[in-house]
Amino acid sequence: MKKSLLQPVVVGAGPAGVRAAQTLVAYGVRPVVVDEAPRAGGQIYRRPPSNFKRPAQTLYGFEAARALAVHSTFDTLTNQIDYRPDSLVWNAQSGLLDVLHGPTQTTQRLPYQQLIVATGATDRVLPIPGWTLPGVYTLGGAQVALKFQGCAIGRQVVFMGTGPLLYLVAYQYAKAGVNVAAVLDTARLSDQLSAMPALLTQPAVLFKGMYYVAWLRAQGVVLHSGVRPLHVLGQTRVQAVVWHDGEKELTLACDAIGFGYALRSETQLADLLGCQFAFDPLQRSHLPERDGAGRASVAGVYLAGDGAGIMGADAAEWAGELAALALLTDNGVAVDSARARVLEQKLRQLRRFRTGLERAFPFPQNWAAQAPDDLVVCRCENITAGELRRTAQTSGADELNRLKALTRVGMGRCQGRICGVAAAEILAQATGQSVEQVGRLRGQAPIKPIPIHLVHASAPGVNA
Amino acid sequence: MTVKPIQTDVAIMGGGIVGSSAALALRRMGMQVVLLERDLCGSRSSGVNYGGVRRQGRPLSQLPLAQRAHRIWAELPRLIGTDGEYQRSGHFKIARSDADLAALEQYRTQSQDFDLGLEILSGSRLHTHCPWLGGKAVGGSLCAEDGQANPRLVSPAFALAAQRAGAQIFERSPVDEVTHDGQLFTLRSGAALQVQAPMLINCAGAWAGDLAAQFGEAVPLCARHPAMAVTEPLPFFMVWSLGVEGGGIYCRQVARGNLVLGGGSGVALDADRARSGRDAIAALSVQAVELLPALRHAHFIRTWSGTEGYLPDRQPVLGLSQTTPGLIHGFGFSGAGFQIGPAVGEVLAELARDGRSSTPIEAFSIERFLPAHAGPA
Repeated sequence: MKKSLLQPVVVGAGPAGVRAAQTLVAYGVRPVVVDEAPRAGGQIYRRPPSNFKRPAQTLYGFEAARALAVHSTFDTLTNQIDYRPDSLVWNAQSGLLDVLHGPTQTTQRLPYQQLIVATGATDRVLPIPGWTLPGVYTLGGAQVALKFQGCAIGRQVVFMGTGPLLYLVAYQYAKAGVNVAAVLDTARLSDQLSAMPALLTQPAVLFKGMYYVAWLRAQGVVLHSGVRPLHVLGQTRVQAVVWHDGEKELTLACDAIGFGYALRSETQLADLLGCQFAFDPLQRSHLPERDGAGRASVAGVYLAGDGAGIMGADAAEWAGELAALALLTDNGVAVDSARARVLEQKLRQLRRFRTGLERAFPFPQNWAAQAPDDLVVCRCENITAGELRRTAQTSGADELNRLKALTRVGMGRCQGRICGVAAAEILAQATGQSVEQVGRLRGQAPIKPIPIHLVHASAPGVNA
Repeated sequence: MTVKPIQTDVAIMGGGIVGSSAALALRRMGMQVVLLERDLCGSRSSGVNYGGVRRQGRPLSQLPLAQRAHRIWAELPRLIGTDGEYQRSGHFKIARSDADLAALEQYRTQSQDFDLGLEILSGSRLHTHCPWLGGKAVGGSLCAEDGQANPRLVSPAFALAAQRAGAQIFERSPVDEVTHDGQLFTLRSGAALQVQAPMLINCAGAWAGDLAAQFGEAVPLCARHPAMAVTEPLPFFMVWSLGVEGGGIYCRQVARGNLVLGGGSGVALDADRARSGRDAIAALSVQAVELLPALRHAHFIRTWSGTEGYLPDRQPVLGLSQTTPGLIHGFGFSGAGFQIGPAVGEVLAELARDGRSSTPIEAFSIERFLPAHAGPA
């Protein structure tokens, strides 16, 4: 590195972060890798604790080889990087990250000049009445339970929502011996058929998806498409789920539900770093802008993986490598530019496939119109859809941050990470605007709640 | 494109609590008013401040205004249709040394004419009344009738009330140009909006300096950014809003249970946006734990800041322009405008209607910053 005196920092050790770190190491650079999880792998390739014995084939299915490749790549790097697991980046200022180390409960400042942000994604949540009952999980949460804790969310589980993860998680649960009572997809078969041409651009991925569906059917799992989830029944925990199939209401007993509507990017860090955002109609959200190689609008900041836009695990690996190459190039290192062009081309090609996925599993456009007034949208502050609608109508609030100020939606512990998507949909519907027009919640530190005494311990002059 | 200007009695620049209160007061006097706000009403310092509604500790020159505001706050639901979570929960100013306590006693004596009802607590009474206070406090001064409110709700509610009363309010309408032909001010915002009025109220907060300078009244106004933070909801333990003699930190617990804390300065991201800096938050956390040991294991869930206009003597500019007939200033509240905002609005309306205020405001004249024989630029 010619220009820089500091080590580059990679935030996140999922597929994007691991490939970014590997690439930097290959060019003789020793990066700092900061990861919130105790072990590298990210969400999709989340590793169980080291004393767990379930084999990779069982945990990851078709993805086992890729998962193992990412894990073993990372394992070979550990001596060549400055690895900080269990470490949450909770605040960022120009040139400086604040990092909370969970096990020791200490917070440290980490200076940087170049930063690769690979913060990944979480479930996109569209609530229905009863979603706050114990036993209701997100699809990602259900997957974490299985992979990292070695347990299922229930004995008789319904998976609901839409997106590729819906069938993958159902498959993983059924494989693990859990009774999957049903898979309820809000997408219609016709959506999937019309998406076929675009999906065929990645035949291997398409085949995996079709295999999960066929396998689930062969195991006798009931698959419904074109459903409209209505509510979750239960007094103290989940007892059943009720949905509409287009003609009639149906009820199915279950003791747990995993639900989600594809993913949303974790963009708070990019926001705190001052990155420009733009609306992406395909993903129905405001995302940090980047060039083809992953350069953000802020010099020295690079974006890779699902944290900058949902492209999936394979794309995350390519984007991580590409962002590292861009970082090196920008610092005067001669890199393999042919490789960079190949990666850019692969990512471009994947966009067509992503368009197909959005068509196959479309966002339920009418969710907000059908959300009843008493539906709790923000569970931290117990704010209902009706309150949001009334406030929008009586106050003239037509922008998400104003709605937050007036109602407290997104003001609790999650700071809108869970409820933000649904609140934006409700506001757009109530005011007759697009979700693009209602804007996005501004990011504010801390990214996740942080104990006061830890900020205290890192105060200047107390204990740097 | 030629636009037909909107004709009105009074134009207002700035939709914070001051401008919105002025618009409401003018409508209640029956005058026509148009307000232009660059963003959303109450979205800048008026809507993101700490929410202290306090008279205690203000310079004596501000107490007539503060008393007038105190009466308006009591009527808030009737006036603007919401209580804005306003509570007369008490404001307690803490002394951390005997010298600080003496200063609080001296303030009580000096402010006696204003009937603030200040009560000094120290020694065993202090710890009986507030067992949650950390060991650094030696005493304090309680103003039982001061309190707190939610600025997120109050400031936009003033603007909505003004609108309901017939004020024309244009949000997201930054003023690009102001001209004055000796009789009428003309304000232009973009290509589509022009407003003409014989009177113009300048209450654009931290952005008010340019307009004052345009009319030959340059003032040393600068922007500062309060560092603010809020904890997760905690079991309710403290009714008072707390301040500290000599400054440093302020803190209150809202009905929901969250503690709102402020102190020190944030950092500007650009001309319009600011954030609580990490050093300020760290310093705040040190003082918060000293003051309230119960906070030690609480979590901060959010920090924020805003942009406030400060003048060197920490007093506002409030009154008629010295150079330009029809121009009226009300800005530079130096981080302490929320409580007096509604009274300032009424004073500005009186100045527009009568040319004078029924509340003494001489101390806030812009004259104090002008060279002895200044004329129009």
